[in-house]
Amino acid sequence: MTRFRPLVLSPLLLAAWFALPARADTLYVTLEKDNALAVVDGASGKLVKTVKIGKRPRGIALSKDAKLLYVAASDSNTIQVIDAASLKIVGKLPSDDDPETFALDPEGATMFVSNEDDNRVTVIDIAQKKAVKRIPVGVEPEGIAVSPDGRWVVSTSETTNMAHWIERHSLAIADNTLVDPRPRYATFTADSQQLWVSSEIAGSVTVIDAASRQPVKSIGFKIPGVTQEKIQPVGIKIDPQRRYAYVALGPANRIAVVDAKTLEVQDYWLVGQRVWNLEFSPDYKRLYTTNGLSNDISIIDLENRKVTKSVAVGQYPWGVTVKP
Amino acid sequence: MNPLIRQLVSPLLLAFVLDGADVAAAAKKAAPPRAEPAKPAAPAGDKLAIGYLAQQREYLPPLASFLSTATDAGVQGARLGIADDNTTGAFTLQQFELKETVIGADGDPAAAFKALRADGLRHILIDLPTEAAAALAALPEAADTLLYNVADSADELRGGRCAPNLLHLVPSRAMRADALAQYLAKKRWTKLFLAAGTTPQDALYAVAVKRAAPRFGLKIVEEKPWEHRFDERRTPESEVPVFSQGSDYDVMVVADENGNFGDLLSYRTWSPRPVAGTQGLVPTAWHPTLEHWGAIQLQSRFREQAKRWMTETDYAAWLAVRAIGEAAARTKSVDFGRIREYLLSDAFALAGFKGVPLSFRRWDGQLRQPVLLAAERSLVAVAPIEGFLHPRNELDTLGYDQPETLCKSPH
Repeated sequence: MTRFRPLVLSPLLLAAWFALPARADTLYVTLEKDNALAVVDGASGKLVKTVKIGKRPRGIALSKDAKLLYVAASDSNTIQVIDAASLKIVGKLPSDDDPETFALDPEGATMFVSNEDDNRVTVIDIAQKKAVKRIPVGVEPEGIAVSPDGRWVVSTSETTNMAHWIERHSLAIADNTLVDPRPRYATFTADSQQLWVSSEIAGSVTVIDAASRQPVKSIGFKIPGVTQEKIQPVGIKIDPQRRYAYVALGPANRIAVVDAKTLEVQDYWLVGQRVWNLEFSPDYKRLYTTNGLSNDISIIDLENRKVTKSVAVGQYPWGVTVKP
Repeated sequence: MNPLIRQLVSPLLLAFVLDGADVAAAAKKAAPPRAEPAKPAAPAGDKLAIGYLAQQREYLPPLASFLSTATDAGVQGARLGIADDNTTGAFTLQQFELKETVIGADGDPAAAFKALRADGLRHILIDLPTEAAAALAALPEAADTLLYNVADSADELRGGRCAPNLLHLVPSRAMRADALAQYLAKKRWTKLFLAAGTTPQDALYAVAVKRAAPRFGLKIVEEKPWEHRFDERRTPESEVPVFSQGSDYDVMVVADENGNFGDLLSYRTWSPRPVAGTQGLVPTAWHPTLEHWGAIQLQSRFREQAKRWMTETDYAAWLAVRAIGEAAARTKSVDFGRIREYLLSDAFALAGFKGVPLSFRRWDGQLRQPVLLAAERSLVAVAPIEGFLHPRNELDTLGYDQPETLCKSPH
């Protein structure tokens, strides 16, 4: 009997799928402490599977064709390539020591990796599986972002407190912008006009004009009943229309909602403990957060602006990427 | 055979000598008085030399032969700070150098200091005994300098003998005692047995504990000096129970800065009581168990360079050099006056791998910072402990706050 169940259930599942307002998606969450990858169904918020991968996995991204996952296995000193369907490790990329985060160029052909221990950015040709260049940057590079127009690669260094502007084609540093202390995460707006950088120690997000590389504004956060020291911004996601930006505030256990035009903070949403990284669903109707200390992810319904679910995934969820 | 034989730590002297041109340039920069308007940063290659002045101390050999005392504590942290500053400096076109001077136990710190001044140095890290540090700060040659105390915890240097040119990167004894007291208060381990050694430093540590206890609702129910009698050291298993017998207390707080007996107390007390203070659960600025807030990055960078764990003095020296580098990067200048002004301004926020921005208390020159409470293999807590509130900055619940300061010459 059980053998026939999938056949019976499939149409029902399909029906349910079409009835849902948001499309189904699959989340891949790196578990820093478990050396594992958790797979979660975004629509239902169910943990589907957990597989063991390399040591201390942190940064994660999907290939352009959505078939492969790239995971920075920091303590294995490599970027692992994982088949998104079978979850089998199918290869690795030479990232040098202690890769933490990385970014892909718009074509999905080149990867830029922050090597925290070596104070450099490693440029990897993905097809050739070869490190083609190592660019010296400031002390402890962490945040890394490629502008959607493909012009810039930005690396932020935590102890130097700078955003380094690397010209993507020449791979040379063209400019440096001082930012607030201990920058963690960097991301461009979809129009490539602004770079947003979070600073953990200053508790702020610096918005920088990409044309002049000068700061436009430093956004601060204030939450009643939460001490300022607990407000440590990390992950940032900005919707493609540049209407709202969402900022993970670390041990403040909240997401800040920022009007991406006026740069004013609008709201704070309570999520899990030490919220770290964020990702949109492919239709931008949901936002997912990794919560390092409560070992779960939060799912936020962006239409109703409500945290709808928390899903226990494993120890120290760090990075998240979403496959349509 | 005498375990108390004092030995002189082997000399460490690695002089980094500036070449003639640099000395001239540095001297020229040092020459104008502070009031002169700062000139704009030169387009290519501003250089700044930072001094490190240490005096060898006499150390007791550690109780256990497998333990070793780092003979280059402090200077290794300064070297790492210089490397970090120069990585940043590659982008800001600023270059930093360290000039290291280590004098013998009978050397003259003032003469060594004057030699550094003659080389044009105005930022000088000092690892000196309390008396020597206070004397240096008062020298006329020290008027237009900043001295960065990286090793001495004396409250006196932050209080009655403070100086406007003296900054403190290590926590004071008062900060340490307050950190421990906050944790004990949180645990409701309120009855303390204070066991103090016989050195002047131990007495000062005990004073700090006695100051901290009533601040956080703790009570010292018994205080006993540990005297270095032969029997006590030879047979701790018989002496410690007798020593610790009597009062009903929750925690044995030990004041033994040189490590003469504190490690003998744990597991040997009459009643099963934990030990804290200079041994056991230790309030400290830095510890190998700290991995949070990216600290693991600093720990591993340091280990790679020095081939040993980072000590508190290394951390303080790293902080001092990073503070100078940060001020130079932010002001885009290596001008002494501008760096000094920035260090003591509200804008200054130093990232010290302890989760909060660090800054200087203008009333006594102390760097406000969290104090770790560490057991040998476990980071137990980080003070300020949650719940101890302060109207301006919770870090100021540790040590002498502005209204209490005994310092009469604020920064």
